[in-house]
Amino acid sequence: MTATASKPSEQAKAKPVATGRSLLATAWMRIRKSPVAMVSLAIVVGMVLFAILAPVLVGIEGQDPNTTNTSPEVLDNFYTPGLPLPYYMYPSAEHWLGVEPGLGRDLFARLAYGAQVSLIIALLSTLVSVVLGTVLGAAAGYFGGKIDMVISRIMDLFLAFPHLLLVLSIAPILQSRLSGTALARGSFVPIASLVIVLGFFGWAYLARVVRGQVLSIREQEYIDAAKSFGTKNWSMIIKQVIPNVTGVVLVYATMMIPTNITAEAALSFLGVGVKDPTPSWGQMLNAAQAGNWYLQDPWFLAVPSIALILTVLAFNLLGDALRDALDPKSSR
Amino acid sequence: MSAPLLEVTNLTKHFPIKGSMGRTVGAVKAVDGVSFTLEKGTTLGLVGESGCGKSTTGKVLMRLLDPTSGSIKLDGEDITGLKGKQLDGFRRRVQMVFQNPASSLNPRQSIGAAIASPLVEQRIKVPGGIKAKVADLMDRVGLRPEHANRFPHEFSGGQRQRIGIARALALDPDVVICDEPVSALDVSVQAQVVNLLKDIQADTGVSYIFIAHDLAVVKHMADDVAVMYLGKIMEQANKRELFENPRHPYTRALLSAVPSVDLDAALTERIRLGGDLPSPSNPPSGCVFRTRCPAYELLDEAGKQRCSTEVPAGAMACHFPNAPLAATVGA
Ligand SMILES: Nc1ncnc2c1ncn2[C@@H]1O[C@H](COP(=O)(O)OP(=O)(O)OP(=O)(O)O)[C@@H](O)[C@H]1O
Ligand SMILES: [Mg+2]
Repeated sequence: MTATASKPSEQAKAKPVATGRSLLATAWMRIRKSPVAMVSLAIVVGMVLFAILAPVLVGIEGQDPNTTNTSPEVLDNFYTPGLPLPYYMYPSAEHWLGVEPGLGRDLFARLAYGAQVSLIIALLSTLVSVVLGTVLGAAAGYFGGKIDMVISRIMDLFLAFPHLLLVLSIAPILQSRLSGTALARGSFVPIASLVIVLGFFGWAYLARVVRGQVLSIREQEYIDAAKSFGTKNWSMIIKQVIPNVTGVVLVYATMMIPTNITAEAALSFLGVGVKDPTPSWGQMLNAAQAGNWYLQDPWFLAVPSIALILTVLAFNLLGDALRDALDPKSSR
Repeated sequence: MSAPLLEVTNLTKHFPIKGSMGRTVGAVKAVDGVSFTLEKGTTLGLVGESGCGKSTTGKVLMRLLDPTSGSIKLDGEDITGLKGKQLDGFRRRVQMVFQNPASSLNPRQSIGAAIASPLVEQRIKVPGGIKAKVADLMDRVGLRPEHANRFPHEFSGGQRQRIGIARALALDPDVVICDEPVSALDVSVQAQVVNLLKDIQADTGVSYIFIAHDLAVVKHMADDVAVMYLGKIMEQANKRELFENPRHPYTRALLSAVPSVDLDAALTERIRLGGDLPSPSNPPSGCVFRTRCPAYELLDEAGKQRCSTEVPAGAMACHFPNAPLAATVGA
């Protein structure tokens, strides 16, 4: 080797080899090229806006989700076998999506406020799962040894349990426990108990994935480097380990949201989730099924079903696209 | 005489090999009885083939791994058992530059944050503020301070190694262990990084342990050189002496492979070391180098016998230094 000028050379001060692109920026570049992903993203964003703007939209419509329609037409004359359904069951300028049979509440208002409840439950329970799964998975992978063994066994236990069965039995217990407390106001109790139950049963799979990732991250030299200047364990996990699993966590979170939307719907449909008068998509399905309304008024069943299917599908497709987009091996 | 800055005595690091049922069935003797000293403001070159235990030595010195036995003294104080606050104190004085520029930086951390992290983790109050200190460090290693918000993948290998050096300097250490800091770099960039390290040493009086896998690199860097083979030091000497008058057959074989070194009269041919590196879990008895030694072949029976007896550990681990060498050894 020959000695060259010892001042930092031009080359060293030259521009970096690539222009800056963060994880999300790269993912966005790839997602933008996929029509399926863009449509899914539009539906997801649309649904979220729909939920957030529910009060505004329902205000424009001039209805609200809880007023029962007591006009004699609805109460007395709802259904006569052999006759066509009355007009107000179907979309009209007054009731954009028609009204519920029986109570005659505005369907659009219930769908919009139901979107709020369904999405809040799905998002919060996903958040609970993501926090638990990421922290526990990272701790298991990073510390190894006994800590790993304990967390991994708990993970196995949660993965082996028949979730739905357990959730079905725990949700009502939790609801009755919570409803005795000062928290029991409005729709808080059913929502909170669903968030806790779904969140608590969803973390194990993510934790296992995160643990696997962290096992390989642990072998990287930057972990040794961080140790060499005395980085403490939790600082290591939060600053060095977890930022390197955010991609995977993001993908799994996006996939977990539709699972939780479906789970909320299933539980409410089965009567252990959100209950009337609080609207949610699952509660609306339950209402359509109760009293066999759907046989006479399929529209009543169709409205929440379409919203549910559309949203779940969009989240799933978006999750797929995100996984492809964040995969470093993918060249698209 | 005052104690040397760093004094390593009989250092060993054995990795247990676990068999079925978690029983220990053997050990990888990655470092096996290494001793050396390092004086303030000087550089010790640690040279050897891949897998001879250089990185492991560095990691044990850095207290990233606990030694199996032996002592490491910094200013006369044994640091092998330090914990908590005292270990932090040690870490402020000894830092490391890592071997692989691609993986030694967290890809999700901006380089400014990476360079600042030793200060942050050690909770050091910097008079002018951490930002200014980071800018100063970046400037010192030849990086533009305005690039502090960029991420590692935006930099070339040589620049990343500069980032690693800046990070190692953040705590103003007395010793920096450089683990093959230039092996992964292009030759032209190697020279720049070596010169940068030399400039820093001239400015700050820092001491280096400079690990490399060939002698060419340490020629420009080191004051003393230790040649390592299979976890042991074969020969250790002042650089000039080692390059002008190499005595151990292994050193002579390595030197003959360095193009820019003039070969002495006894070494007219380049020596190629044949054969495979023995496994560090089952090293040869006696002299660990004898299975590949270019002098061993030319010895008589009595000499070969002697080579399978224990070699005294020290600056010259050979029963027959200066013995004539065969040009090629092994198959
Ligand atoms: N954590 C470990 N567990 C078991 N064996 C190990 C471990 N780390 C290193 N070794 C073994 O110890 C020996 C020395 O490894 P080391 O990384 O120190 O070599 P090196 O001289 O730095 O090589 P290189 O030039 O390739 O970096 C090798 O045989 C290696 O397989
Ligand atoms: Mg190494």
